[in-house]
Amino acid sequence: MPELIAKTPLSGLWPVTHGALSLSEVVYDSILSLAPFAGQEKVLTKALKPLGLAFPAPNTLAVSGVARIVWTGRDQAFLINAPLATPSAAITDQSDGWAGLRLEGPMAAEALMRLVPIDLRSSAFPPGSAARAPLNHMNAVVMRLESGFEVMVFRSMARSAWTEIAETMQRVAARQALR
Amino acid sequence: MRLTCPLCGPRDRREFYYYGADDYLHRPAPDAPPAAWDDYLHNRDNPAGMLRDLWYHEAGCGQWLAVSRNTVSHDITAVECVAPLRPARKKAVRNED
Repeated sequence: MPELIAKTPLSGLWPVTHGALSLSEVVYDSILSLAPFAGQEKVLTKALKPLGLAFPAPNTLAVSGVARIVWTGRDQAFLINAPLATPSAAITDQSDGWAGLRLEGPMAAEALMRLVPIDLRSSAFPPGSAARAPLNHMNAVVMRLESGFEVMVFRSMARSAWTEIAETMQRVAARQALR
Repeated sequence: MRLTCPLCGPRDRREFYYYGADDYLHRPAPDAPPAAWDDYLHNRDNPAGMLRDLWYHEAGCGQWLAVSRNTVSHDITAVECVAPLRPARKKAVRNED
């Protein structure tokens, strides 16, 4: 078997900076979808304990070192950057299915709110929050960490999401420059 | 228009897909008379007042929601997840493998 070169969803694009806003690709080592079987929630909680994580409440995420768990639906969460084997949940490897985009800067929430129709200000969406929400017409997972926002979209839409966020950053930065 | 998803919170109408009245939740038994199936598939009330219908949270959590809505005042009085309302699936299905 020849060794193939794996490309990231946004390979070939360089980080973009407009004013104080910056956009870059996040590459996750692995993304596992966890869906606990009925009545197995306690067993799953035990399996997650060594990772320092627990099954997240709706609209939240938790971080432990490089590992992260994000709520993505009813009885569903994404475990990022950590392996897990347990018979208590349906586990699906989705590592290659998603693209990650990181948006940082003091006006990041204002920029992202032009595309995502929910309140992303820190009063309503502090670090540790996560949401399933549309980014324009793309289904996305929006996460807020201490360092800024991370947005996951389907891999096939990586470049559309990148272009739309980059254009929005430019507009927000231009408006800031006029002040 | 906004719907308050029981999981995601208040969300914009564009995130949802409308399916119709909640009659689809009341599927007749396989041996029910044709009239029951006719009602289930085709016949819908068109009330001026309270109506319960189904919406899909397409751009959010992907849940089917039962929405109680007043067609006169446009008030939305309740939004529930459909899945927990359904009877539990029979255990036998999972033991087959």
